[in-house]
Amino acid sequence: MKIRIKGLEFSYDSIQALKDVTIDIYESEIVAVVGPNGSGKSTLLKCIDKILKPQRGIILINGKDLKDFSQIEIAKTVGYVPQVVKQLFPATVLEVVLMGRRPYLGWKCSKKDLEKVFAVLKLLNIENIAMRDFNELSGGQQQKVLIARALAQEPEVLLLDEPTANLDIKHQLEVMEVIKKIVKEKGITAIVAIHDLNLASRYADRIVMMRSGKVFAAGEPYKVLTPTNIEKVYGVRVKIIEFDGIMHIVPLDFP
Amino acid sequence: MMDTTLSQVKREYERYIGRKLLFVIFTSTLIIVVSGISATLGSYPISVSEVYSIILKCLVSNPESTKESIVWNLRVPRILLAIIAGAGLASSGAMTQGILRNPLATPYTLGISSAAGLGAAIAIILSKGIFVGKYIIIGNAFLFSLIPTFVILALARFKGATPETMILAGIAMMYIFSAITTILMYFAEPEAVKSAYFWMIGDLGKSSWEIIPMIFMSLLICFALLMWKAWDVNVMMISGDEVAKSLGVSPERERMFIMLVSAFLTASIISFTGTIGFICLVAPHICRIMIGGDYRYLLPASALFGGALLLTCDTIARTILAPVILPVGVVTNCLGGPMFLYLLIKRKKEYW
Repeated sequence: MKIRIKGLEFSYDSIQALKDVTIDIYESEIVAVVGPNGSGKSTLLKCIDKILKPQRGIILINGKDLKDFSQIEIAKTVGYVPQVVKQLFPATVLEVVLMGRRPYLGWKCSKKDLEKVFAVLKLLNIENIAMRDFNELSGGQQQKVLIARALAQEPEVLLLDEPTANLDIKHQLEVMEVIKKIVKEKGITAIVAIHDLNLASRYADRIVMMRSGKVFAAGEPYKVLTPTNIEKVYGVRVKIIEFDGIMHIVPLDFP
Repeated sequence: MMDTTLSQVKREYERYIGRKLLFVIFTSTLIIVVSGISATLGSYPISVSEVYSIILKCLVSNPESTKESIVWNLRVPRILLAIIAGAGLASSGAMTQGILRNPLATPYTLGISSAAGLGAAIAIILSKGIFVGKYIIIGNAFLFSLIPTFVILALARFKGATPETMILAGIAMMYIFSAITTILMYFAEPEAVKSAYFWMIGDLGKSSWEIIPMIFMSLLICFALLMWKAWDVNVMMISGDEVAKSLGVSPERERMFIMLVSAFLTASIISFTGTIGFICLVAPHICRIMIGGDYRYLLPASALFGGALLLTCDTIARTILAPVILPVGVVTNCLGGPMFLYLLIKRKKEYW
C-alpha cells in the first residue's frame, strides 16, 4: 500500500469540501479522480501534498502519517503538478524545472542537480525548449514543463490537477502517455484529477469517482464508469461503447 | 542525435549564466568608472590628477587644505552614499516585487515612503524655531516608516492577507500618511513647510563620513539576508504559493521575513536621504530585462545597477545647473523614467 486515506474531512471556512474520504492507493498505478466541478478533486490532491491541512482523518504515505512529515520530506516524496497558469515574471523552462530541485538544494546548485534537470528534460523530450521562456510555450509544452518540475523532485507520488485541461487532443494524449511512461519506468504512483472520462478510463488503473466531497465509487474503470454511476454523479445519461478494446463514454442527454 | 541537442542546451545554459556574470562585472566596472568621474566634477575647480592624489593621500591621513577637505569630506561621502542608497533601494525593490509577485510592488507602494515623510515632517514642523537635531528627523522618519510594514505583516499574520491585499493595504496607508502630512504642512510655518518639502524630494546632501558606516552596515547585513533567500524567492515568484509549499518553502513565513528585511533596509536609507523614489521600481526591472529573473543573479545585479544609476543621477544633479545642486530624486525620475519606457518598448519578448 502506497497511500492510505482514512476518514478525511476538509472545510474551507463554511463550505465542507471533503467528507469522510477513505481511499487506498497502491504502488506504481495511475489513479484517476473524477467527478463534477466542486466535488473535491483538487482539494483531495492538495490535502495529500499537505498544501491544505485536513481538519480530520489521516493520510498515510508508505505507512507514515503525513503529519509526521516535515515540509522538505514531503517535497521529496510527493510532486504536485498544478494547472497551467501564466507566469508574471519571465523564466526559462530550465529555471522552472530547476525549482523542482529546491528540496535538495542548499544555497548552491550543484552540477549534479543540473544533470538531474537535464535528465528529466530528456525523459519528457523537451530538452530542445530548455532555454525558451515559459510563457511563450504552447499549453501542452507548459504542462510537460510543470510535470518535469515535479519529476525533478524525484518523488514517489505524483499528483496532477487536470493535466489535460485546455489541451488539444494530440497534446492530451501526449501528456497522458508521458504520465503512463513515468509510472511504468520510474515506479511512481500517479493520482490524476481529470474531467475527461474517456481519457480516465483509458489510462487509469483505477478510478475514484467523487460527488460533493464524498467518494461515490472506486475501483477499476469498467466497474466505476457505468451508465448508472455517471447518471447519478453528473446527471447525464450516457452510453458505453467498447471499440478496439477501449471503452468509450458517449453522452446522450439529461434524464 | 538526442545527446547533441542536450549538450547544445548545456552550452547554451553556460552562455546564459555567463551573460549574467558579464552584466554583474559590467555594472561593477560602471560604478568604479562613474565614481572616478564624479569625484572630479564639482563647482570648486580641482584638476583631475589633484583629485586622485588627494583621495590617495586622505586614505592614510586627515585632509588639511580646503581642496582636500572638499574632495574627501564632501565629494567622496556623497559618492559612497549614492552607491549604498541606490544598491539598498534596488535590492529591496527587487525582493518586494518577487515575494508579492507584482511588478509594481516596491517598499514605496507598501507605504514606507509616505510614512517616512510624515515622520520627518512632524519632526521638522513641531520643532519649528528650535534647533532641530538632524538625528531627530532621521530617527522619527525611520520609526514612522516601519509602521506600514508592521500593519501589513499583522494583516498577513492574523488575517491571512494575500499579496494583493497587502499591496492594497499599503496603498491605502500611503494615502492616509500623505493626507496627514498635507494637513500638518497646511498649518505650519512657511520655512518649516519648505524644509519638510525638500526632505521629501530626497537628496544626498546630508552625506557625511559619520553616517556612511551605519548605512553601509545596514546594507551589508540586509543584503546578505536577502541573498540567502534568493532560492525561496525564485520558487515563490515562479510557482506561486501552493507549489512553493509543495516544494518545501513556507511562503507566508518567507514573505514576512523578506518584507521585514527590505523594509528595514529601505527605512534605514530613506531616513537619511529622504524619499528617493523610482530606483527601487526601475533598477530591478531593467536588470530583469537584461539578465532574466533568477534572483541569485538578479539581486546582486539590481543592487549594483541601482548604485550605478543613483550615482550617475546624482553626478548629473550636481553638475548640470552648477552651482545649483538639483535634488537627486528629480533627476532619477527624469532619467530613469524615459530609460525604462524605452526598454519596455524596445524589448524583444513579452515581459509579463
